[in-house]
Amino acid sequence: MPSDLAAGNNSRYRLVTTAAGDTLLQLTGSFTLTSLDRSFPTVTKELAKLASQSDASSLHWDLTDVSQLDYAGAVMLWRIWGEQRPAHLLLRPEQERMFLRLEKSVSLPEQPRRILFLPISMLGKQLLRFLDHLTGMITLSGQIVLDLFFLMTHPGRIPAREISANLYRTGAQALGITAVVGFLIGIVLSYLTSEQLHMFGADIYIVNILGMSIIRELGPMLAAILVAGRSGSAMTAQLGVMRVTEELDALTVMGIPHSMRLVLPKIIGLGIALPLIVLWTSAIALLGGLVAAELQIGLSIHYALTALPDTVPIANLWLGLGKGMVCGMTIALIACHFGLRIKPNTESLGEGTTNSVVTSITAVILIDAIFAVAFSNIGIRIAS
Amino acid sequence: MAIIDPVIEITGLTTRFGSHIIHENIDLTVYKGEILALVGGSGSGKTTLLRQMLGLVTPAQGSVRILGARRYDCGREEQRKLRTRSGVLFQQGALFSALTVFENVALPLREMRTLCEGTIRELVMLKLGMVGVEAQHARKMPAELSGGMVKRVALARALALDPELLFLDEPTAGLDPALSEGFVDLVRSLREELALTVIMVTHDLDTLVAISDRVAVLADRRIVALGPIPEIITIDHPFITAFFGGMRGRNALRALQQH
Ligand SMILES: Nc1ncnc2c1ncn2[C@@H]1O[C@H](COP(=O)(O)OP(=O)(O)O)[C@@H](O)[C@H]1O
Ligand SMILES: [Mg+2]
Repeated sequence: MPSDLAAGNNSRYRLVTTAAGDTLLQLTGSFTLTSLDRSFPTVTKELAKLASQSDASSLHWDLTDVSQLDYAGAVMLWRIWGEQRPAHLLLRPEQERMFLRLEKSVSLPEQPRRILFLPISMLGKQLLRFLDHLTGMITLSGQIVLDLFFLMTHPGRIPAREISANLYRTGAQALGITAVVGFLIGIVLSYLTSEQLHMFGADIYIVNILGMSIIRELGPMLAAILVAGRSGSAMTAQLGVMRVTEELDALTVMGIPHSMRLVLPKIIGLGIALPLIVLWTSAIALLGGLVAAELQIGLSIHYALTALPDTVPIANLWLGLGKGMVCGMTIALIACHFGLRIKPNTESLGEGTTNSVVTSITAVILIDAIFAVAFSNIGIRIAS
Repeated sequence: MAIIDPVIEITGLTTRFGSHIIHENIDLTVYKGEILALVGGSGSGKTTLLRQMLGLVTPAQGSVRILGARRYDCGREEQRKLRTRSGVLFQQGALFSALTVFENVALPLREMRTLCEGTIRELVMLKLGMVGVEAQHARKMPAELSGGMVKRVALARALALDPELLFLDEPTAGLDPALSEGFVDLVRSLREELALTVIMVTHDLDTLVAISDRVAVLADRRIVALGPIPEIITIDHPFITAFFGGMRGRNALRALQQH
């Protein structure tokens, strides 16, 4: 006469002693992921404890009363049994099939161990990656130069539509944001300096300061950094998505080279658009500065505008525009380089876009420094 | 089928994209434990109908009840339960490209937050084994897989939680005949083990004949025929004649061989 010993967790099992003196563990109810839900760990622990308490050879498992068993439940039992069938096990035919499958299942192959942190190998890897990017970028620019030569001899093949589309996207659509930022920076700069100059009675020098700093430095830098963040990231993401969706491969098999159809128009487009944006940003920033000066210290805008050509040599404007062109082409080149290197997965897409923006902003500042050193004696009046 | 619990009940469903009407007043009931195949011409709105059952697209009119709950306005907890009780295989696989094959299948299991790492590992390898993906591919990224392999891994992910309800969008497209047959066997045995209900979009006649209990034919914005295959092929409709065209001949041939 079997006798109940214990009934556990929402009576999912019954512990019974049989006439022969063996312990019989009868599982009842539903052993599925959804029905166990949050009690999964506790039921597992409870059953594991029962299994470890009794002698494995005399413990009989009976699953025939289980109303529903899914693979999560089967794996749970399987692990409690130590990945093998217990000596005494009663199953229904469909459960039998599930455990047969489990027996045949292979385990995940171990990953070859990698040394995670070794400063020297890390440093070496970084250096190699940097060199890799450098050669990649040089190769891409070389390809672009070759494409330019080709286009000179075949003017009919110039991708004019793409260039014009890029001009619109990177130029015309950037006018709003650059104007807002330029105007505000102009106001801030003017407020800060005009007070100081006023103390020395040197009010009219605000024109020199605003003119020189905005036209030579701030205008080009603001425009370039904004465009690097705005258009650079868009270009990288566009090429990256084209890689993910195999559009790049489709272009290749149609015999349309990426460099000519995708990269070149972007470089030329931004090379034309950025100087124009520089001009626009500088003009708006100057306007903002002069408006602020008029309000703050009463300097007439009319006077300031007439004094501007005398105080700021025209060379500064050309310098700013030159910087804009070089920066524009560099930003596009960097964006395309990173875009073409994106691997077909979303993580790489995000990483590539971030790297592209960070690199192009760094490059913009580097270019500015080079210009500053190379043209240090141009466009600056030294008091004699 | 002895059990006649409805699992999915669609009533008066109308779908519109802009002025383009895809479905018009569709009624469809799916019963527990059956395998329902959805067939129809390309662009007839099979995928869209599936997406409405999944709650990804809201219909212009009509209602969808799934496992007794209203698809579009039930509580948060109810929605979560529904999602864990159904598995989906998307037409393009929709594997997470940033995760390995193993992690893709493990993701829904991890989301349960009740399973330990060892159990998850065992379950994932089991599911991968079921769909015939060898262990050596477990660490690969989706971009490194062939099209058929992507399908199988996606199926393993759909099966990860042992769902009661399985939605398959063209599961055998892109598989070679041997794998298609393996797939048919897999679905058949899973149905016996797990009391699975399957809604399947397919163009593959062999799969259709092998496992579907009922077929719903989607054409002219409506379900023009619904029933077991022998009933369906007697219906006179241009799409059905074209789709099952070879079937009558083949059936006749089989009948001849048996004599
Ligand atoms: N998001 C959407 N916007 C507009 N039209 C759509 C959208 N999704 C699908 N369609 C249209 O709905 C129709 C049915 O599409 P789909 O369900 O994918 O067909 P299929 O039966 O081949 O799976 C097609 O004509 C398609 O153009
Ligand atoms: Mg479809």
